[in-house]
Amino acid sequence: MEEKVVLEKVMEILKPYVREPEDLKNATKETDILNDLKVNSSRLVDIILAIEDEFDIEVSDDEADEVQTIGDVISLIVGKK
Amino acid sequence: MNNIRVVVTGLGIIAPNAHGINQFEKALREGKSGIRFLPHLEELKFRCCVGGIPENLDEIAQIYFSTDILYVLNESMKYSGIAAIDAWKDAGFCIPDEEDHAINWDAGAIIGTGIGGADTLGKIIPQVNSGRTRRLGSSVVEQTMSSSVSARLSGFLALGNQVTTNSSACSTGTEAVIMGYERIKNGKAERMLCGGAEGSSPYIWAGFDAMRVLNSSKNDAPEQASRPMSASAAGFVPGAGAGILLLENLESALKRGAKIYAEILGGAVNSGGQRKGGSMFAPNSEGVQRCIKMAVEASGIDPQQIDAINGHLTATMADPIEIENWAKALNCSPKNFPYINSTKSLVGHCLGAAGGVECIASVLQLYKGFVHGSLNCEDLHETIRPYEKSVVQKTIEKEINTLVKASFGFGDVNSCLIFKKFES
Repeated sequence: MEEKVVLEKVMEILKPYVREPEDLKNATKETDILNDLKVNSSRLVDIILAIEDEFDIEVSDDEADEVQTIGDVISLIVGKK
Repeated sequence: MNNIRVVVTGLGIIAPNAHGINQFEKALREGKSGIRFLPHLEELKFRCCVGGIPENLDEIAQIYFSTDILYVLNESMKYSGIAAIDAWKDAGFCIPDEEDHAINWDAGAIIGTGIGGADTLGKIIPQVNSGRTRRLGSSVVEQTMSSSVSARLSGFLALGNQVTTNSSACSTGTEAVIMGYERIKNGKAERMLCGGAEGSSPYIWAGFDAMRVLNSSKNDAPEQASRPMSASAAGFVPGAGAGILLLENLESALKRGAKIYAEILGGAVNSGGQRKGGSMFAPNSEGVQRCIKMAVEASGIDPQQIDAINGHLTATMADPIEIENWAKALNCSPKNFPYINSTKSLVGHCLGAAGGVECIASVLQLYKGFVHGSLNCEDLHETIRPYEKSVVQKTIEKEINTLVKASFGFGDVNSCLIFKKFES
């Protein structure tokens, strides 16, 4: 799967968890999910579940703990595809 | 007791027949029923397939909550959030920005629920049973903890005083108002949001249907299903929603020039001890009468001063007993019995939210000068017939000064409080 398509899908998944929708519009691969998008840290669990469903992959707890930026999420997904 | 006086300065309501105090007042005056046929209950083979559910919740909730909050709220949390925000704004306060770090240390919330969170439990139990706990996500605890209906309010409104949930079955909402009243009276808070919230999940209502305490005889005529005080009462009709009042210390209300809806003169809660006819499911009449008398005594009024009663009156066999208890407790006869009505005839029995919803109805009647009609009691129960003059069937426009509200619940628990039109 092309990285661009993955990025678009990840952005869509993040939507309900982001406090200010505007922040997501300006997001890049370097954007930090917790600090820049102000996602509550406990909601990372929900984001990982949504990613597992969307891309039909399994993400271990250790892998999930490593995720900080949108780029990290994309690498995780692409690495499993 | 000290001299602190407690008044109501804000009201918030989302009920089966209206959202917002203006619409709710209109619905009360016009006798608008919020009871509808619910096809999903028929599919689930409930005996009773009618109920009261606030309309357009999803659309309303989108206006009140940001997307990152919306997805973690279950139904009862949405009701409590909407009603609390409405009450807060109605009292003249702004909704604080999340980035604003000022905390209202003198404001808190006591919002009760009867069986809150059952809709969420219904979704997670199959997952847990099939070994899929990992798939639950992060929002189960905040939705199923008993305090779910109050916990979010602290964040919405930056409340820094006590924020908690009480639970006393159908007495919950009225009890919450009394608890908030006492907290302000004791000088521990300046203002408290108080009331109740309850969802409409079939998991909440199923147990009542199984007990055969819901009216299953009017599935084809929903608006006639809730029939308090009638000879043909055949069980209550379940309802949902939230009613939340902002109570405030009078001094603070006057200082900021707030609109004052009513004063709370006093209240009482007790239990009948499940003796002398009282049980898990039925009140001990002696306990009910004591509770009413204690509330009157705490208020420092003469029972003859009471103009109107907003009863518990659910449309079960307990209604005639309740009327007799009122007469005994207030030491009055059919001749001098106050006006009496049942808000449940319009919205059904909102369980843990009932007291909150009905306290809002009570305060609106005092403030606006009317007594709303009770639907579906044309055929008064024979025990209640001597009191016919007092049972308000069609809304009457009349200034009333003192109103007493009571709620009773499973566990043989009672609550009663007295509202008075405010005079400085």
